[in-house]
Order: sequence, then structure tokens, then C-alpha cells
Amino acid sequence: MAGVVADSRSNLHQLPSIAASGAAHSGPAPERIVTGYGFWIFILSDMVMFSAFFATYAVLVGQTAGGPSGRELFNLHNVAIETGLLLVSSFTCGLATIAADARRTVWFQAAMAVTCALGLGFLAIEASEFASLVARGAGPTRSAFLSAFFTLVGCHGLHVSAGILWLLTMMAQVAAKGFRADILRRILCFALFWHALDIIWIAVFTVVYLLGSAA
Amino acid sequence: MSNGHEQAGAGIDLAPGDEHIEGGGTGLRVLGYLAGLGLAALLTATSFFVAGTDLVWQPSIPVALVVLAIAQMGVHLVFFLHITTEPDNTNNVLALAFGILIVTLVIGGSLWIMANLNHNMMPMDRIMQMQR
Repeated sequence: MAGVVADSRSNLHQLPSIAASGAAHSGPAPERIVTGYGFWIFILSDMVMFSAFFATYAVLVGQTAGGPSGRELFNLHNVAIETGLLLVSSFTCGLATIAADARRTVWFQAAMAVTCALGLGFLAIEASEFASLVARGAGPTRSAFLSAFFTLVGCHGLHVSAGILWLLTMMAQVAAKGFRADILRRILCFALFWHALDIIWIAVFTVVYLLGSAA
Repeated sequence: MSNGHEQAGAGIDLAPGDEHIEGGGTGLRVLGYLAGLGLAALLTATSFFVAGTDLVWQPSIPVALVVLAIAQMGVHLVFFLHITTEPDNTNNVLALAFGILIVTLVIGGSLWIMANLNHNMMPMDRIMQMQR
């Protein structure tokens, strides 16, 4: 009996799952993981916020109050260009991440500049679309459908604008301070943010534009 | 104990967005992003084609668009955000799973409740008659 107790005790001290996890020895995770994980949680909460706007839009999509519906308003040609710009900008943002990891300043700045140009192109097309809608009397005050449309798509546009400001900040910080560990963490978070915006745009162009003009 | 020491390196987590590469360098990583770009472009092009075509059975188009969108989100998550099923990504995947749960509840719940309210609401002309 005593032998069994002693055995179980010695087993307790060598719980294989804890001993092998590495966490038992190494203390807190490296700062890059803590920062990245925290920002990942923020991005997911941002997606939850967007899901509320999507739900609002889906509920109100038929409430046009006698005004124009999405089918009469949307220009799929423009949306395709916007989608292409944002997709390629996601790719160049990835190239900037790789350049930062390889400590290649010129490649990093070039890839970020291209990302910025593509993002600005996206915003320019979206702004002209909004302006033409308002000019045609289909502004956000026209119907519940248009209120929900401007809220959802405009919120994504605001995120892209904030992303571009952040992008320019990162270019300036790398130019001024180089690839320090804290700067690299910010680049990681920025890349997460920019890729997440592209994922939200997939939902926008599918739910709002493609389904809106198909139905 | 020696076992735990050997596996200590494998137990370290990976930050979301970071890539785990076996001896691969910059070229391999660029190739990964190119593959993601190609797949995403293919799925996007299919979405836009399906939305405007008469070649497929029309009632299937909304479902096809939703499936294509979810597939493209998966491509972005794997190739751009590097969310994988490897053990060093467990925390990131768990957080993502919780996010998907909340998003599903918010969107699905809203649509369900509002459709139910619409269904059970008295027709507008009857409401007008009662108010006379």
C-alpha cells in the first residue's frame, strides 16, 4: 500500500503533459506572442462588431421605403476593381512582413508604399461611389436599407483609412528607428489588421454587392 | 525528465500572423503568399462570374456565393494570417473558434428573430383598420 502511494506521488511530480509543454519551465510567453495574441483578440472583437452591422444590414436590406434597391444602385465593375486592389494590397503587405523579418529596409519601404497606394486607390473608388449615390438622391437618409449600407461599408472604409495612417506611421518608424523588436511587433499587428480588413471585405462584396445585385 | 527537455522547443506557441518554417527562407515564404494570392483571385473571379451568369440554376447562386466567400476567408486565414492546425497555433485557433461562435450567434440569431417577428406580425392593412 505504501508503495502504491509513493508511486503515485512520484508520478505526480512527472506529469508528462505539463513537463513536456515547456510552459512549466519557461515562465511567461515572449512579448511578441503576448502582443500578437492580444491584438488577435482585438481583431476578433472587431469582427464581432462588424457582424452586428452585417446582421443589421441583412435585416434591413428589403426596407427601401419606395426608394432604390441595391440592384439599381450597385456598379459591380467598380466593386471588382476595389476587390482586386485590396487583395493585391494584402499580398504586398505580406511581402513587407517578409522584408521586415529579413531586415531589408528598401524592400520593406517599397512594399509598404505599394500597399499604401493600393489602399488609397480603394478609398478613392469608394468615396466616388458614395458621392455619386448621394448625388443621385440615394444618401443614407433615403431609406433604412441605405442607412445600413452606408454604415456597414463606411465602417469598413474608416478601418481602411485608419490602416493607411498606421501604415505611414510604420514606414516613418522604420525609417527613424530601424527594425527594433518593438517596431517589429507593431509591424506584426499592422499586418494582422490589414489582412483582417481584407477578410471583412470578402464578406462585404459577397453579402452587399453580389447578393444584392443577384437577388 | 529528459523527455520534457527535448520537447520544450516544440511546446512554444506562435504569435498569430507569424509563420513556422522548417529551414525555409524568404523565397519559400513569398511562394506561400503567391499561392494565397492565386487561390484568392481564383475564388473572387468565380464569385463575380457566378453572380452575373445565366449558366447555373438561379436559386443556387446565393448559396454558391456564400460558400465561395467562406472558402476565400479560409484561404486568407491560412496563407496570409498563417492560422494553422499545428500545436503551436492552438491558442490562436481557439480564439478564432470563439469569435466564429459569437459572429454566428449574432448574425443567425438576428435573422431568425426578425424573420419570426415579420412572420407573426399582423398585415399592415389590418393594423390600420384596428386603429380606426
